[in-house]
Amino acid sequence: MAIILGLLTLVLLYIVIVQISKASDLIKSLRSGDEQGESFGNGALFTSAIGFAVLIYSLVTCYVYAPTLLPKPASEQGVWINDLLNATLLLTGVVFVITQFLLFWFVYKYHYRKDRKAYFFADNNKLEVAWTVVPAIVLTFLIGFGIQKWFKIFSPAPKEAVLIEVTGKQYAWVVRYAGADRALGKRDFSLVNPDNELGINWNDATSHDDFLADEIVLPVNKPVSFNVGALDVIHNFWLPHFRLMMSAVPGVPTHLWFRPTVTTEEMKRETKNPNFEYVVACNKLCGSGHYNMKKTVKVVTQEEYEKWFSEQKSYYYSVVKPSEGNASDTAKVKVVAMADKDKVAK
Amino acid sequence: MQTTTVTDQHVDEHVHSHGHEGGHHHTETFISKYIFSLDHKTIGKQFLTLGMLWAIVGGGMSVLFRVQLGWPDETFPILERIFSSWFTDGKLNPEAYYSLITMHGTIMVFFVLTASLSGTFANVLIPLQIGARDMASPLMNALSFWFFLLAGVIMFASLFLPTGAASAGWTIYPPLSALPQTSPGSGNGMTFWLIAMVFFVVSTLLGGLNYISTVLNMRTKGMTMFRLPLTVWALFFTAIIGVLSFPVLVSCVVLLIFDRGLGTSFYLSNIVIGGKALPYAGGSPILFQHLFWFLGHPEVYIIILPAMGMVSEILAVHSRKPIFGYKAMIFSILGITVLGFIVWAHHMYLSGMNPFLGSVFTLFTLLIAIPSAVKVFNWLTTLWRGNIRITPPSMFAIGFVSMFISGGLTGIWLGNSTIDIQLHDTYFVVAHFHIVMGIAAFFGMFAGIYHWFPRMFGRMMNDTMAYIHFAITFIGSYLIFWPMHFIGLAGVPRRYYSFNEIEAFAQYGDLNKLISVVTVIVFLGQFVFLVNFVWSMYRGRKATQNPWQANTLEWTSPIEGIHGNWEGDLPTVHRWPYDYSRNPDSDVDFIPQTVPLTEEEKKDKIHH
Repeated sequence: MAIILGLLTLVLLYIVIVQISKASDLIKSLRSGDEQGESFGNGALFTSAIGFAVLIYSLVTCYVYAPTLLPKPASEQGVWINDLLNATLLLTGVVFVITQFLLFWFVYKYHYRKDRKAYFFADNNKLEVAWTVVPAIVLTFLIGFGIQKWFKIFSPAPKEAVLIEVTGKQYAWVVRYAGADRALGKRDFSLVNPDNELGINWNDATSHDDFLADEIVLPVNKPVSFNVGALDVIHNFWLPHFRLMMSAVPGVPTHLWFRPTVTTEEMKRETKNPNFEYVVACNKLCGSGHYNMKKTVKVVTQEEYEKWFSEQKSYYYSVVKPSEGNASDTAKVKVVAMADKDKVAK
Repeated sequence: MQTTTVTDQHVDEHVHSHGHEGGHHHTETFISKYIFSLDHKTIGKQFLTLGMLWAIVGGGMSVLFRVQLGWPDETFPILERIFSSWFTDGKLNPEAYYSLITMHGTIMVFFVLTASLSGTFANVLIPLQIGARDMASPLMNALSFWFFLLAGVIMFASLFLPTGAASAGWTIYPPLSALPQTSPGSGNGMTFWLIAMVFFVVSTLLGGLNYISTVLNMRTKGMTMFRLPLTVWALFFTAIIGVLSFPVLVSCVVLLIFDRGLGTSFYLSNIVIGGKALPYAGGSPILFQHLFWFLGHPEVYIIILPAMGMVSEILAVHSRKPIFGYKAMIFSILGITVLGFIVWAHHMYLSGMNPFLGSVFTLFTLLIAIPSAVKVFNWLTTLWRGNIRITPPSMFAIGFVSMFISGGLTGIWLGNSTIDIQLHDTYFVVAHFHIVMGIAAFFGMFAGIYHWFPRMFGRMMNDTMAYIHFAITFIGSYLIFWPMHFIGLAGVPRRYYSFNEIEAFAQYGDLNKLISVVTVIVFLGQFVFLVNFVWSMYRGRKATQNPWQANTLEWTSPIEGIHGNWEGDLPTVHRWPYDYSRNPDSDVDFIPQTVPLTEEEKKDKIHH
């Protein structure tokens, strides 16, 4: 019933519009040429009024929504990106206001009048050169600064960087930290099985002190380096507050490193939000759960980080080979079976 | 020249034989005249009609998924009654949501703004504006439409599959699109998508080759290349881009079909699902992205160039001034065409390709802003000191310029690889491309339809309805897409079914409601246009021969539209198409292309 009523109202509305419009057609066919000219003028006021209203709207909303955007960048790299973004905003903003203003101003100022003659102005090489060269110069600066920062951001990570591996799968992130040896154990696709979906090679001793983490914990002001990957489809490792992202592609390893500069606690004060937390989200369509693929990130002081780090349990000794550590027997059985499988796979 | 004469003679004979039949004209049945027609004007109308149907479908889809985004926690039993397979408990399923956004993108980009926009105006305008009796090959032209229809039928059918239509986004990145176990839409839905697109490319090539050969070979006497209206130049370059880039999409799609069905690994490697390793090795998902965007990027110029051409023509006619910088306009189209082929990887800065490539593509991408800026400044200068008649076509042309500025400027943000690290695939991108390529192209298309409606149907469209349509569409488009810039700058990714799961993205609930409400209004507003279109076709004011007082040739061909376009000889062209207000002493402010140059004008060196 509601559908029918709704449709009926709509149809009536369209009929009203058509009827009113028919009248305007009638008037138009009765008018002489001179009067038609006046109607061109009315349209000008209408169009430029709409144009200016939209221009004002677009500027006012900038002001209104500015406080809702991301808080200050939480990484050194994010600051570079943010600065370039602000410079670009300034430049394009000025061009935006001037060109939109001129467009709708001309529409009104030069609207049709019977006694007006348009000015025959077909060419002017000086003008053409001007608006080729000026944008070219401005763009050269943007390109220059952009590329310089781009290479800095994608330079090799410093040796002292904390090494973390993130692997995307439908619909979660697996986070693996390099242990005390500062090296991640090697992975081998042929070793993949349901108990070892990353295909970690346990024969590689560097894997033994690596640990899996429920959340990403980063020390402030220290470089952190991520090996990014995916198991099933493409994901995207998106860290909005740090202004950084990198695709996670199955079969193609990617890297991202940065230096976080603001701890979670500082950001809570900065945003006046006691529940504030940094997050990782997926930013490449990866299936029906794409919108819910979150991981929490914590940026902490060096001391807190070292404390947290020392509390983590090696995945190998706690789950894979607990006999060498101190885990329960059930886990042990599972692991022995797995180790056998690994041998078979080899 | 040889070819021109031969073809002319051929068509002349055709026309004459019709003439001899005289009263037998009515033997042409409804089917041969309106359905299996070879007449370019009719084929143009076929493209337009089908395109409008597709636009309703594609736009309707956006209403459905905007309902989900605006009211994620509410149920809509009414919608469930209509679209029962897409809804569960009154809520849109995530799978259906992703199918809808995929199909919305595919339909709008390919079926509406590529096939229908080029198909309509290249068909209607090229022969009429260059002074030809028809296309170089009317049969290929008709086939182009029929392949378009076939592609559309297959694509539409995929909506009714039990596993749903393709749902990997319109860019169908593998492995998501290659492996049905990762997404139900990647089953038969994706197969249908891929097959439909192959037929679609066939349609595009048949049309494009035809447009190119028609423009090169069939111009009438005196119609040199530099006397062509900018519409023809734009459609000509559009066709060239299409012919060079669409075949790459076919190769891209065929390799994906192999990966899906024949066990090859072009795009797949080291894939683990549910702890099981799949037997793919050695491929790269990034290869797909290179192949896809080698078409995908030129594609956006395929969409926007025809709109630019029409807007240039319409602004000149309605401001009663020559287009400013005619040759600069042509060379900027050429610049966009060439640069458009070497910027594809700016969609892939963060795809995992070598970062060095990112710097190269940043350079070329930002260079493309230069010809774009030249065009904008030239349009503004065309309006400056004009005698602007505000009519439905000029209103929409002005709207186009506004949209193109707004969306083009954010391209300078996204084209810069460093800024893209923050903005890639966020709502900022959604705002950018909808404004610069979606809405702008629609404005160009509407401007074209309002301007050439009298040429197509012999009647005028109604002004009042057009004003309502303009106000709703222009204001509505800004209300929908402008705030998306802010949502994107707040870090919210695109293609999210719900923003409430991650707290950092959940703050724009009210704004999303507003956007959804406006989407519904704008969608309903388009029916004002459709009502106007259909009503004016039968009941509109009769058009005069040259209702806009334009210079181009299409207004010299009888307005009722005859087969072969001109009675007797084809018109001869003596001047460029933009002699508006050339003679300040004359009461008439336009000089059609068919008027010979005066002695004085011959001495004048510019623009013959």
